Amino acid sequence: MSPIAFVYLATVLFGIGAAAVLTRRNAIIAFMGVELMLNAANLAFVAFSRIHGEIDGQVIAFFVMVVAAAEVVVGLAIIIALFRARQTISLDEPAELKG
Amino acid sequence: MLDLTWLLIAVPLASSFVLILAGKRADAWGHWMGVAASATAFVVGFGAFLQMLGLDAESREHAVHLFTWISGGELTVDAGLLVDPLSISFVLLVTFVGTLIHLYSVAYMEHDPRRRIFFAYLNLFIAAMLLLVLADSYLLLFVGWEGVGLASYLLIGFWNHKPEYATAANKAFIVNRIGDIGLIVAMGLLFANFGTLGFAEIFESVDSVSTGQLTAIGLALLVAATGKSAQFPLQSWLGDAMAGPTPVSALIHAATMVTAGVYLIVRSGDIFALTETARVVVAAVGALTLIMGAIIGMAKDDIKKALAASTMSQIGYMMLAAGLGPIGYAFAIFHLITHGFFKAGMFLGAGSVMHAMNDSVDMRRYGALRTAMVVTWVTFGLGWLAILGVPPFSGFWSKDKIIEAAFVGEGWQPWVFGLTALIGAGLTAYYMSRLFFMTFHGKARWTDDAHPHESPWLMTVPMIVLSVGSALLGWFLASGDRFTTWLEPVTGHAEHHEPVLSVPVIMTLTLVLVAFGVVVAWLQFGRSEVAKEAPAPSLGVLVASNDFYQDSFNRAALQRPGTHLTRTLVYADAAVVDGAVNGTGTALLRLGEFLRKFQSGQVRSYAALILIAVAGLIAGVVLGVL
Repeated sequence: MSPIAFVYLATVLFGIGAAAVLTRRNAIIAFMGVELMLNAANLAFVAFSRIHGEIDGQVIAFFVMVVAAAEVVVGLAIIIALFRARQTISLDEPAELKG
Repeated sequence: MLDLTWLLIAVPLASSFVLILAGKRADAWGHWMGVAASATAFVVGFGAFLQMLGLDAESREHAVHLFTWISGGELTVDAGLLVDPLSISFVLLVTFVGTLIHLYSVAYMEHDPRRRIFFAYLNLFIAAMLLLVLADSYLLLFVGWEGVGLASYLLIGFWNHKPEYATAANKAFIVNRIGDIGLIVAMGLLFANFGTLGFAEIFESVDSVSTGQLTAIGLALLVAATGKSAQFPLQSWLGDAMAGPTPVSALIHAATMVTAGVYLIVRSGDIFALTETARVVVAAVGALTLIMGAIIGMAKDDIKKALAASTMSQIGYMMLAAGLGPIGYAFAIFHLITHGFFKAGMFLGAGSVMHAMNDSVDMRRYGALRTAMVVTWVTFGLGWLAILGVPPFSGFWSKDKIIEAAFVGEGWQPWVFGLTALIGAGLTAYYMSRLFFMTFHGKARWTDDAHPHESPWLMTVPMIVLSVGSALLGWFLASGDRFTTWLEPVTGHAEHHEPVLSVPVIMTLTLVLVAFGVVVAWLQFGRSEVAKEAPAPSLGVLVASNDFYQDSFNRAALQRPGTHLTRTLVYADAAVVDGAVNGTGTALLRLGEFLRKFQSGQVRSYAALILIAVAGLIAGVVLGVL
């Protein structure tokens, strides 16, 4: 099985993740979409690492996992804070980022 | 006394300021101070004149240095006065006639609450006029030139609570400004060619400049003269200027200011002597205005406007004489002096008639005033005989000389100018007789509330004095060529030339034409009934009574295109310049409004934007665009 198939798989996973982020209002689902995109990126890193015969991609994949774990902690905390403040986790409700 | 000539200007000017600044406190005595200021100027001027008479003809030119006006680098401009036979003649005319008119105004303006201001303006006018004629450089002359323009504006618009009077004042002012451009251009050219504006320096080195330059200077001076002297094509203001109080019409618009153009031409005689072209144009303008003014005068029913047209026409005579060169200069000034007397006298007479007729100026409502106003009738009659040129009254001596001089020359010129002057004399006789008969003879055509009566002595005395001048001054100045000899140091000695027709023939022709004009006028307006309302005008009368539609022409040919041009420029300014500036602002604002929509605060739309942007960047990299 050619390693390039993993790149395609990563692209598909990234697309599914992006679609989840863009189309779903539920913060948890969107969050899962983000995780999916990160994983797709990881998969691509590992696949490229294999294609080029080098170790860098795999190392970076570990870094991404660490960052993703930290991000999950922060993200879930934000979602809980949001729920406490507004009794909802819909992403369309808050517009505090508006200028 | 000659060194004290600055007093001539200083006294009326000071009086004018005092009258303006003193306020109501001066109401009781202000007018007498105005009269006194003018009279003082006359005394000083007369003293200077007597002193000058005691000198040799050659040394009658006296320069009075006043002060250094402008001093910077190479350029030094001195303010100084030039007292010579020409300027002293003007000084005597202005101060003598001016003082009489001041006196007349005391009674004429008696019931006007702003009489004090009126006298302040009159004094200002006298000061400016004297500065104009006494200046020793074009620059200082220009100060007086503008000063009389200002005073004329203030006086025409003296009753400016009536909008049409204020409009007349504006018109006079604006038309005069157009003429002033000529003087400014002339000064620019003079300075470029001579490096100075002083009369003495310019006239000394006038030979060193090319004829073309001198012609340009001469024509620019002519433009200035046409504005001030109401000559074609800038004559349209004079008729409207009659809106001002009658003493103003007498002082400014008959005797003094409007003659300033003639003075300018004669003063610049050394320049005109070297440029045939400019001289011919001056004479042509004079001849044209002389006929136009006469024709307009024939059609006017308003006594003051008829007199104004007559002034225009008589100044046409002076311009014509001035355009003839050295042979005409002295006669131009001679006619100017006699005209100053008889025309001022007639204006004062007209004022006296208006005074008696409830300020009506319509001659069709006068008639048969000779019994009710004997003094006015007699004094006006003397002025009438003088302007007709009937011997031995003043106008005969001066006007006949101009007609004779107009017949001197070669080729077509003597015939055209001479015959114009000759025909002008006939027309003058007709319209002045028309005016005289309509006013003083025939049947009474008054409205019921008119009670004609003679004016008070303050008004009649100046009229009497002026009428004596109208009767005798011409003869006095002409006998023994007294006046021309007196002016010779300034105007130069003119060789005697024979006119193309012999002098007795010209004189006879003139008198026949004059008699003919008077007889026709008598038949039409003296013996027959005059319609109370103007009959339906024939085409000729319609054209003449509308001043040859000069106003309409000016409006159509100059004012309206000007208005359109400025409107277009204003529109272009608003649409193009402002449009570009405002458009940039608006465009940025719109862009901001558009971009604002993307800053919605919606997390998912931000995510979508980032995704699209990244996808775009990657696509760019892949396709090799970036």
